[in-house]
Amino acid sequence: MPTRPSLFIDPHVHMISRTTDDYDAMRAAGVVAVIEPAFWLGQPRTTIGAFKDYFSMIVGWERFRAGQFGVRHYCTIGLNSKEANNEPLAEEVMELLPLYAAKEGVVAIGEIGYDDMTPSEDKYFRLQLELAKELDMLVLIHTPHRNKKEGTSRSMDACDDIGLAPDRVIVDHNNEETVQEVLDRGYWAAFTIYPFTKMGNERMVEIVREYGVERIFIDSAADWGISDPLAVPKTARLMAERGIAEDVIRTVTYDNALKAYGQSGQFSEKDWLEPAPIDQRDLYGGNSVLRGGQTPVVKEKGLIIE
Amino acid sequence: MNPPRHQADLPRVREQLLTWIARQATEEAMQWLRTRHAEIAGGAPASKCFLAFSGAPRRIPKETLVLGKADLQEADALRPGWNPSAWSVDEAARALLILSFPAADENAYVGMVEQVFSTADVRESAALYRMLPLYPFSERFRARAAEGIRSNMTSVFQAVAHRNPYPSEYFDEDAWNQMVLKALFTDSVLYKVSGLDARVNAPLARMLVDYAHERWAAGRTVSPELWRPVGPFATEGYLDDLERALTSDKEAEQEAAALALADANAPAAAELLAGFPALKQRIESGALNWESFSRNRIRGSA
Repeated sequence: MPTRPSLFIDPHVHMISRTTDDYDAMRAAGVVAVIEPAFWLGQPRTTIGAFKDYFSMIVGWERFRAGQFGVRHYCTIGLNSKEANNEPLAEEVMELLPLYAAKEGVVAIGEIGYDDMTPSEDKYFRLQLELAKELDMLVLIHTPHRNKKEGTSRSMDACDDIGLAPDRVIVDHNNEETVQEVLDRGYWAAFTIYPFTKMGNERMVEIVREYGVERIFIDSAADWGISDPLAVPKTARLMAERGIAEDVIRTVTYDNALKAYGQSGQFSEKDWLEPAPIDQRDLYGGNSVLRGGQTPVVKEKGLIIE
Repeated sequence: MNPPRHQADLPRVREQLLTWIARQATEEAMQWLRTRHAEIAGGAPASKCFLAFSGAPRRIPKETLVLGKADLQEADALRPGWNPSAWSVDEAARALLILSFPAADENAYVGMVEQVFSTADVRESAALYRMLPLYPFSERFRARAAEGIRSNMTSVFQAVAHRNPYPSEYFDEDAWNQMVLKALFTDSVLYKVSGLDARVNAPLARMLVDYAHERWAAGRTVSPELWRPVGPFATEGYLDDLERALTSDKEAEQEAAALALADANAPAAAELLAGFPALKQRIESGALNWESFSRNRIRGSA
């Protein structure tokens, strides 16, 4: 049997900010599925209608658009920490969430957590953890840029308080300072390969060497900032060049994300390997991932993300 | 124009949907569905309806509803023109849930449906548009249906345009013509458009011929189905275009042009067709008509 080309999942990427060239390049590089966490848009929304249209867009148009390029699109729904500071609006968003949380392809409540760690952020973070518990959903946690170590610990404390099982919570944007505690407490540890503000991929190679692969996976979190939608396949290639074993690479760029989000019942390998005819027709541009012996390639030259 | 009011027999539609779904869903899923159905009909808060509507495919299969000839006849009896032959099982369940919502208060009902529409994902949108012929107060959904035609998502557009009697019954001429043109523009077939032949009109024929010219100028082709609504209006002005199709090297184009000419009233059209005796004979013998043309030349396309 011919070996399957390397397939990748980017379990955190804000595709509404990306172009069709990005979709093309991602698919060519072997990215078969993406998860689009609900987040903020670079500037705060001022009306509930803006939230509603945003949620509708990530379950609707963006999902369809991704399908046209042979990429399967999923999302998470939630109120992000920054905008949780606008309390009157946050109240309205909380009422909107149940309308979206149960939709097909919604794999978690997220990305939620702390930004400045204000009382408002804490309030809406915990309310959403309660909602996740009530709806039996996974949670995706955004750990803060500033004061990250404390923010990460406090995020997990809140999950423990509410009584969520650690293996149903993905803690994202980890670094060398946070990873040990996240793994020790039994949570999933995601790493974002994002230039300048988060992880570089050379550092990621070292993390995998030191911490192994259990409950670790990587994503790009590519968005409207300087970021790279090919971060996952590029990091896989860098790992291979630096002597990391193939199965290790596959675990952190595909298998673990599948295992973590597969718990939702909304994220299955079958969706892209053997799409049901109706999904193929509606969501997948009539394509199947393994069509016509495509060889995944990273189109761009630079491999290192600083 | 005063559109006919085609009101579905809702209690029987709901029963029929349950019967069909039960053939393909597990008993456990049916229990879930019957419970939600009863709750919603009993006046549960709208949020119950929204959650059940969104969550339906987590329990009800997404495969195509398997319907026999008798089932389709029954559908047409319950609501003239209703054709669920391309529905999926979970779409039938979603329809049942939305049609279970109490319809005593017209504005409350329409508002509920509009809210579900405005927060729908891709497959939910398709399900909601396929249900257009079944909603109570169906004339209130005219603007919504036209919105579906504006969608860039093919499956959503086709949910309105294909096997759906609503557009031919409720769209004004402008909206109807836009839909037919857009179907061609998006490579969606015309033979699945309900009521196509009954609603052909001169401005539509003009738009379609202009569209063909535009495509030809760009070195592109057009679907031979384009000539079907043109036929009844094929007077002098369009005969050159039909002749071009008649003399094409593609049999499908020749057949479509001949069929269009046979639908025309102008003597010049009959004269042109007489120059192609083999095609003319096949049409006159009944071997070639729009139905056989769709079956042999178009079917298999979206």
